Amino acid sequence: MKINAHNMYYRDLNKMVRKAIKKGEKEIVLDNVCGQYYIGDGLTRKDVKIIINGVPGNDMGAFMNGPTIIVNEDAQDAIGNTMNGGKIVVHGNVGDVLGYSMRGGVIYVKGNAGYRTCIHMKEYKGMHPTVVIGGCTGAFAGEYMAGGTLIILGIDCNPLTGYYLGTGIHGGRIFLRGQIDKKLLSRDVKTVEPDMKDKRAIENQVREFCKLFNYECDDIMKPGFVKIVPASKRPYAHLYISGP
Amino acid sequence: MEVFRQGYEEFAHIPPVEVKDISGCGLAGIINTDGSLVGGAKIADAIQVMHDRGNGLGAGFAAYGIYPEFKDFYALHLMYDDEKAREETEEILEKRVTIEQRGGIPTRHIGRKRPFFFVYFVKPRAQKSIVEAEEYGEEKKDEFIVRMCMKINRGVKGSFVISSGKNMGVFKGIGFPEEIANLFRIDEYEAFCWTAHNRFPTNTPGWWGGAHPFCLLDWTVVHNGEISSYGTNKRYLEMYGYKCTQLTDTEVIAYLLDLLARRHKLPLETVAACFAPPLWEEIENMDEDKKQFYRKLRMIYGSCMLNGPFSILVGFKGGLVGLNDRIKLRPLMVGKEEKTWYMASEEAAVKHICPNPDKIWAPKAGEPVIVRLEKDAYRELYGKSEERI
Repeated sequence: MKINAHNMYYRDLNKMVRKAIKKGEKEIVLDNVCGQYYIGDGLTRKDVKIIINGVPGNDMGAFMNGPTIIVNEDAQDAIGNTMNGGKIVVHGNVGDVLGYSMRGGVIYVKGNAGYRTCIHMKEYKGMHPTVVIGGCTGAFAGEYMAGGTLIILGIDCNPLTGYYLGTGIHGGRIFLRGQIDKKLLSRDVKTVEPDMKDKRAIENQVREFCKLFNYECDDIMKPGFVKIVPASKRPYAHLYISGP
Repeated sequence: MEVFRQGYEEFAHIPPVEVKDISGCGLAGIINTDGSLVGGAKIADAIQVMHDRGNGLGAGFAAYGIYPEFKDFYALHLMYDDEKAREETEEILEKRVTIEQRGGIPTRHIGRKRPFFFVYFVKPRAQKSIVEAEEYGEEKKDEFIVRMCMKINRGVKGSFVISSGKNMGVFKGIGFPEEIANLFRIDEYEAFCWTAHNRFPTNTPGWWGGAHPFCLLDWTVVHNGEISSYGTNKRYLEMYGYKCTQLTDTEVIAYLLDLLARRHKLPLETVAACFAPPLWEEIENMDEDKKQFYRKLRMIYGSCMLNGPFSILVGFKGGLVGLNDRIKLRPLMVGKEEKTWYMASEEAAVKHICPNPDKIWAPKAGEPVIVRLEKDAYRELYGKSEERI
């Protein structure tokens, strides 16, 4: 099913999408999207696919729990905000706070991501959010991260992240392809070698990434990865009160 | 409420509430570096895409190049609450400036209470000590106009100078951007540079004078965010004779620009570094020369630092500047197609009016994007060469 979103108000567009899903539509193509907010928010059907042509607005896929969204252009800020499950694929760049407080599901971005990617991302038992960025990320990636996995590939760009990587991080892991300039790391992280389990997890994700965006997986995997983990479970334990 | 409910049946158990989207302000800007003019409908279209970034409590437009027949005169846009304010203001004006022409700013009916707007094309007139107006140097004239604006804004009840530059003007008020564009007949103007704002006031009152852009001489600022250093900035400005009267943080940015760029003659790149300096940690990682430069800048102009989240667009006679705060807490996108540059809070706003830009990107935190008019275009528009700032 196709919907022409040209000059359509976001509320009307989202209503049409919901109605279509209710009627049993499995694949919905949105053409001429330009800045409409909240696309795919709160949707739960796992077998639904939304394809977006144009630039979707902020908070796309927020609280989403199941569907797949494919964006064929750039996307804006706060994509996958508190997302619970499902998949988002962006063929362009994304704005700031991608995967804000994300709790589950996967996001693949071909291009670059803005500032504060995966801020407050978390995991719990079977819930394990994963974000793969093909390009580079802005400063403060993985800020206050409490769980989940962020993989930054930095294809054709250097440096592959901005300053203050992992500020306030206390859970989860960040994998960076190749080497990382220590200057870019916040004081709350430490660098370790990925173990076999990590390597398998990375390869699975990279394979999927390469399939989506037509890269040669072996080439991408070649430079190896650095693993960034929290230096402490409570980085701010003694911020205001000194203690042991 | 029923309309909202359709299609949201799964939320039917939630009692109806007044639905309000929480968002931030929206910014948009266009500039043609060759000085060619673009109609106001285009900028109104761009800001309209970000309609929900505002809440109807303020919107405005700044337009450069709209008064070519009066390019040697300061175009004063005055906002009056009542006839008494107008009389009092005109008394001040008549004493100090030669008014070449005056008139009401063209408006359309909007069916609600509003102030009224006048434009005056003026030149400073000889005062006691100086015999002829022509003897005023360019700088003195600017200073004279600044002081007069401050006097009117502070001293005359119900009267505010909302713009005071040459060959430019600000149109603003309470309403959504489309309402303000309609009120001021923005579609009938042509400018080489436009900025627009859609306001969502959070800390300060929504009133007609508090809408953006803020203007002093040809400096205009539209701003998304809040300046938590307002107190420090305001006290610093007061030492130099600036009076903050608009009840809103953004005002200080316009005055700081005038102080740093016009009076202290700092290049715009340096002004941007005063507003959004690199963090100390970053400064420590710089080469020795740069390290010294930024250290000194922070020592001398520490009170000009804008703390808190912001993205701003600054219009000036020679071009357009986009700037983010130093840790990027607000969005800003820049697009370019041939000689036209676009800046906006959201990529969609750029692509709505320029579907296939040559380039579109998000500038880094604290990294100014400064777009300047070409030399010939500047001469054409202002009748003289640019003094580079």
